[in-house]
Amino acid sequence: MMLIPCPFCGPRNESEFAYGGPVKPDRPDPNAVTDAQWVDYLMQVPNPLGPVHERWHHARGCGVWLTIWRDTRTHDITEAPDA
Amino acid sequence: MQDYSLLSLLRHGLNKHQGWTRAWRAPPLKPRYEVVIIGAGGHGLATAYYLAKEHGITDVAVLERGWLGGGNIARNTVTIRSNYMRDASIPFYVKSVELYEGLTKALNFNMMHSKRSMVDVVQTWGKMRELRRRQLVMDIYGSTYQPISTEEVRRRIPALTGGGPDARLPILGGMVHTDAAVNRHDAVAWGYARAADAMGVEIQQQTPVLSLIRGPDGKIEGVETNRGTVRAGKVVVAVSGHTTTITETAGLRLPLRTMNLTAFVSEPVKPLVDVIVNCPDSGFYFSQSDKGEMVIGGAPDPGQSFRRDIKQNVFEDTVTAMLSLFPSFKRLKLMRQWGGHLDIAQDASPIMDETDIPGLFVTAGWWGGYKAIPAGGLTLAHLVATGRPHPLMADFTLKRFRHLDYVMETGTTTAR
Amino acid sequence: MRNRLPDGGRIDRTRRISFTFNGRSLSGFHGDTLASALLANGIRLTARSFKYHRPRGIVGSGVEEPGTLVELEGRDASANRPATTVPLRDGLKARSVNCWPSPAFDLGAMTQIAARFLPAGFYYKTFKWPNWHLYEPSIRRAAGLAGAPAAPPEGRFEARFAHADLLVVGAGPAGLRAALEAGRDGARVMLVDEGIEPGGSLLNRRLEVDGKPALDWVAETVSELAALPNVTHLQDATAWAYREHNYLMVNESSPGHGLLERSWRIRAARVILATGAIERTLVFGNNDRPGVMLASAAQAYVNRYAVTPGRRAVIFTNNSSAYAVAADLAAAGITVAAIIDSRAEVPQETREFVPGIEILPAHVVTRARGHRRLRVVEVAPIQGGPTRRIQCDLLAQSGGWNPAVHLWSQSRGTLRYDEKIASFLPDAPVQSVRAIGAAAGDLTLPGEAPYKVQPLWRVEAAKGKAFLDIQNDVTVDDVHLALREGYGNVEHVKRYTTGGMGIDQGKTGNINIIGTVALQQGARMEEVGTTTFRSPYTPVSFGAIAGQRDGPVTLPYRHTPLTDWNKARGAVMYEAGARWQRPGYFPRPDESFQDSVNREARVVREGVGIYDGSPLGTFEIKGRDVGRFLDHLYTNIMSGLQPGRGRYGLMLTDDGLIFDDGVVLRLSEHRWIVSASTGHAAAVQSHMEELAQTQFPDWQIFLTDVTSQWANATVCGPKAREVMMALGGDIDLTRKALPFMGFADGTVAGLPARVVRVSFTGELSFEINVAPRHLPELWEKIMAAGASHGIQPVGSEANHVLRVEKAFLSLAHEVDGTVDPHDLGLGWAMSKKKADYIGKRSIALRRAGGAVRRELVGFLPEPDRQVPEGAPLTPGGKTRATEGLVTACVWSVVQDRWIGLALLENGASQHGEMAHVRVKDEVLPVRITAPIHYDPEGERLRA
Repeated sequence: MMLIPCPFCGPRNESEFAYGGPVKPDRPDPNAVTDAQWVDYLMQVPNPLGPVHERWHHARGCGVWLTIWRDTRTHDITEAPDA
Repeated sequence: MQDYSLLSLLRHGLNKHQGWTRAWRAPPLKPRYEVVIIGAGGHGLATAYYLAKEHGITDVAVLERGWLGGGNIARNTVTIRSNYMRDASIPFYVKSVELYEGLTKALNFNMMHSKRSMVDVVQTWGKMRELRRRQLVMDIYGSTYQPISTEEVRRRIPALTGGGPDARLPILGGMVHTDAAVNRHDAVAWGYARAADAMGVEIQQQTPVLSLIRGPDGKIEGVETNRGTVRAGKVVVAVSGHTTTITETAGLRLPLRTMNLTAFVSEPVKPLVDVIVNCPDSGFYFSQSDKGEMVIGGAPDPGQSFRRDIKQNVFEDTVTAMLSLFPSFKRLKLMRQWGGHLDIAQDASPIMDETDIPGLFVTAGWWGGYKAIPAGGLTLAHLVATGRPHPLMADFTLKRFRHLDYVMETGTTTAR
Repeated sequence: MRNRLPDGGRIDRTRRISFTFNGRSLSGFHGDTLASALLANGIRLTARSFKYHRPRGIVGSGVEEPGTLVELEGRDASANRPATTVPLRDGLKARSVNCWPSPAFDLGAMTQIAARFLPAGFYYKTFKWPNWHLYEPSIRRAAGLAGAPAAPPEGRFEARFAHADLLVVGAGPAGLRAALEAGRDGARVMLVDEGIEPGGSLLNRRLEVDGKPALDWVAETVSELAALPNVTHLQDATAWAYREHNYLMVNESSPGHGLLERSWRIRAARVILATGAIERTLVFGNNDRPGVMLASAAQAYVNRYAVTPGRRAVIFTNNSSAYAVAADLAAAGITVAAIIDSRAEVPQETREFVPGIEILPAHVVTRARGHRRLRVVEVAPIQGGPTRRIQCDLLAQSGGWNPAVHLWSQSRGTLRYDEKIASFLPDAPVQSVRAIGAAAGDLTLPGEAPYKVQPLWRVEAAKGKAFLDIQNDVTVDDVHLALREGYGNVEHVKRYTTGGMGIDQGKTGNINIIGTVALQQGARMEEVGTTTFRSPYTPVSFGAIAGQRDGPVTLPYRHTPLTDWNKARGAVMYEAGARWQRPGYFPRPDESFQDSVNREARVVREGVGIYDGSPLGTFEIKGRDVGRFLDHLYTNIMSGLQPGRGRYGLMLTDDGLIFDDGVVLRLSEHRWIVSASTGHAAAVQSHMEELAQTQFPDWQIFLTDVTSQWANATVCGPKAREVMMALGGDIDLTRKALPFMGFADGTVAGLPARVVRVSFTGELSFEINVAPRHLPELWEKIMAAGASHGIQPVGSEANHVLRVEKAFLSLAHEVDGTVDPHDLGLGWAMSKKKADYIGKRSIALRRAGGAVRRELVGFLPEPDRQVPEGAPLTPGGKTRATEGLVTACVWSVVQDRWIGLALLENGASQHGEMAHVRVKDEVLPVRITAPIHYDPEGERLRA
């Protein structure tokens, strides 16, 4: 169980949060991209063996969506939002 | 291949077992093979075996980063079943179960295949409806899945004393999947390895692949390893969890996320539960191994993970759910826990296909891929050898994502 | 207690304790463990081994015990407990596992005769004919050690969280010092130790600290710790797991307060591992005979428990630590016949501990003799030479010490092999953790001879079975066989031989397996490496892990203010998603399920019914940008909605699957209400928050979950308006003033309410939303007002019938991750005007792929009969790949027959044609119709 730094509530147990998936590139204008680009946007998620930029929702807390950098090999949080 | 039998065991016993020979060789690494398979796990070894057995392709090297059989095949909960939902899935898994049943004889290696059936313990009407739907579709492909009453559920699982009428989630009934089995996972790896080796396949352990090599025409040309370059016109990536790590060395991105799925065993006790127990509404499943340990699985850790620890909160949820139905297990003790990495696609169905890099094949996206090892190996070998997809795997393509044509098997049961 | 010393030890001779072992009544003293009490009573044969059923005795004195597992009966029933970790208490009932009828006369011992044919992995080579099922039942019965638990324990468990600046694991000399130091500095310290009392290795040895007996120092330290309010000190508390972010699990075995066990989840800023070291066995012939014991254990029995584990002892060692043991045994009156030391040279400072005892350097024990107990050891020079036999009933062995690096390794800290102590040591930490004392390889305590060791992984000249893993019966020959057969990695060896996979997880023997592999392969220890150290450090009961999450607390359910009313009316309650419970139907006496459902459905179609729709997810959204936000979220245009009006909408995922549906109300220019289906409410909220916070952070959108701020009663049926009129209030309920999809705020029956004209039944409906505290009163008033119209409560089963007749979408039935709104005939809800909304592009793209679509149709079974929900449709009813599935089939009260909904390939163009449902061996023909079976124009709901 990780200790996730919430910018509003401070470090809180992971069980208070819902996982929100890796941060994807900005959603492209769907009318300005090809089919392949659109599918690529939808399907390709960063899957690094190392730090991943990801979202967590403090669902059982203040409700904020925050992003952290977490190392997928260790769960070490290498970068967190400012409190 | 050395004969394994009671007789040979007795004969070698008289000679203090000095006469047993290596189950597989440790041959020198050649600079070139017809086919290189990355990953000596269940799928990699099975693919090698069927390439040799069904297609006569024996100039094959299986490159293993660590020790053979040390990936997910060493860390799963050995549940073999075919109760899927889609036409694209059911016949594939039915075939896999059938191959598993004959594997001990085919490989002359005792897999300890125990066809002990799986009982789904159903606690919500929504789940009941979903499982009935599976049953009705499965009937088309040969029925092995039947509804049973709550009384029958309890008769088959006497230790199931929770879930009574006053429980938070009373048991409403169940399903029994008679073809479901457990077996010995290490034996599957070792049996395939031994049989493939006997036909000429080389298993190269401690040989991590550092990168894929592409030719000027874009085609695959081989792999770079810690022991030098190995060339091959066909390369198969069979490295559950690390698929993208390997393919991205050649600039190929795949729609996969790596997750950590954990399992744990109790201390060994005398026989208590004879079937595989699956409790999808509560979120856990288990079976009792022949050694007496309860082998228990639950949900994956949230988030992508290459860490094989267990998330304590996920683990506690699984234990709590288990105790609600099996309160006597409160006295039972946890003995060992571990995790394994799987990479999953958007629709939780496998990907077995040639990639955009000609000559580069992947078998990935396995979520509960243990049960699929024989059919996965058989069909992938067919594709690699002939260039044409085997009919049983026809829908598990990469191309399906081009038009978002999913083979949806998500959220269907807990047991994977 | 014939082997009890007259004085000394940490037992209380004034408190005699009676217990039974294998049915035999025995006694011991307070402070004993089961193992020490058995030894005090002269019981040496205490167990049978797992595979060969060889006689076994007590080997260790703590959690490392590989030899004797017992099953406890009665109130503290538990399986597979090392006898060395069971505190003795009055009435304790224990018996040996894995033997029948007793360890002395064990029928399973027959397997010893066949032992030569049962090498490692023999079962992979045989038991194949005709199949495994012939053999499995007897194999299963033979395996499994103790009996399975029959019933839950009486009493309860507890779990709690704790936070610490410093967590010290281990209250031995190093841990106590560390805790005291930090405690004096004012840090929040937790000190946990697995022992029954603090002191660690000091409890077993006769040492001095700061010029006084070590245990006096322990007592002083402990009392100073107790006086510090910032220090929490737990004994009998095992740290069993070390997770990410310095999160450790500790299990307290006897916390008092009537609790069985307590689980601590400790988050520590820093961790100090003072976990000590574990002595290793030596590997020679019959090294498992009762009477062969770890030297440290023999020392513990003599010093701590005042028990003589033998009369005539031989010491076998490869290191200096056993010399103090020899001295302690001698001091207790045990004859020490000889010290067999495998090292060529024994340093003088070590020899000084044992004046007068014969030392045989460069010698090894090749074999132990005696069957049920040790009688003789055979000793030979390590380089070969004549064998000498020495009579003894105790062989105290020391193969050196392994720092207990289990938790370190679990924390992902790396290990390195240290030649000097011939063991693996903590190397680089990864989390905020430090190992100290013996756990860090510091194996000499003040007053002891400097620790020096020469590794001896196995005695080469061993005769007979030489065990590497005593608990799982794994011998040197087994490991050699594994290597010969190509199982060359240490993980292969472990799996093929099962070495190290027992309850003890190989705490005393794994290193010898690694050493044996290294010797055979000519490799270095670090090249062979260790197997993974997995949690738990020692077994921990599932009850403790779950803590107080038991019974209804496991999964608390949500209920509306009407739960009591519903139950009083005999409602059968259903799980309705998101932990809500709702009435499924209200059976009357002697009424069948179908009769109840028909009655409830009919009352809505013909008169008036009422149901509680409170669990529906409800969100209030405020802000000037809500309109365009909802336009992005929903497939249709919401921004054009007039205040006072509502609109049904669909939400998709961006890859074009149906995510949710619901009704949106516009309260005022900048105030909206969004409803979501019960089961998806949390996901919808999360989805909206994510978009608002991450994609449109500059838009003014404030979202509040008001699901539990509003409860509602929905009055539905052709007579609904009459009932509403009878209730009274200030809202104009006419069709003109309050049309379908309109709403109004005001009072109903004197209660503040919002009345919404939505319909989930196809009939005229008024959804009366009130504060939850007002719902029971409102409900009773509606029931009274509707009594003359025959109003009845309606459950979810009847609701299902009503929605099927109307072909209203049910996410749980028609949506299974493949259909899109066009398939369901909801293309009208897909805005063509909007350039973009979530899912639009993907649906277009998927449709452009040209794959055949499964489209929603209605059907009528011909002949009229029920068709199972979920049944497949196949071409001509043949056993072929399916072309559709039945999503619903109900008895229609308006059609007076079975009707259904199905998804069928190209179904929209097949109205009027026959299709075929396949159910096992039967083909059930159905006539395909338009989906809507009733009031296709929707006149009734607009009434």
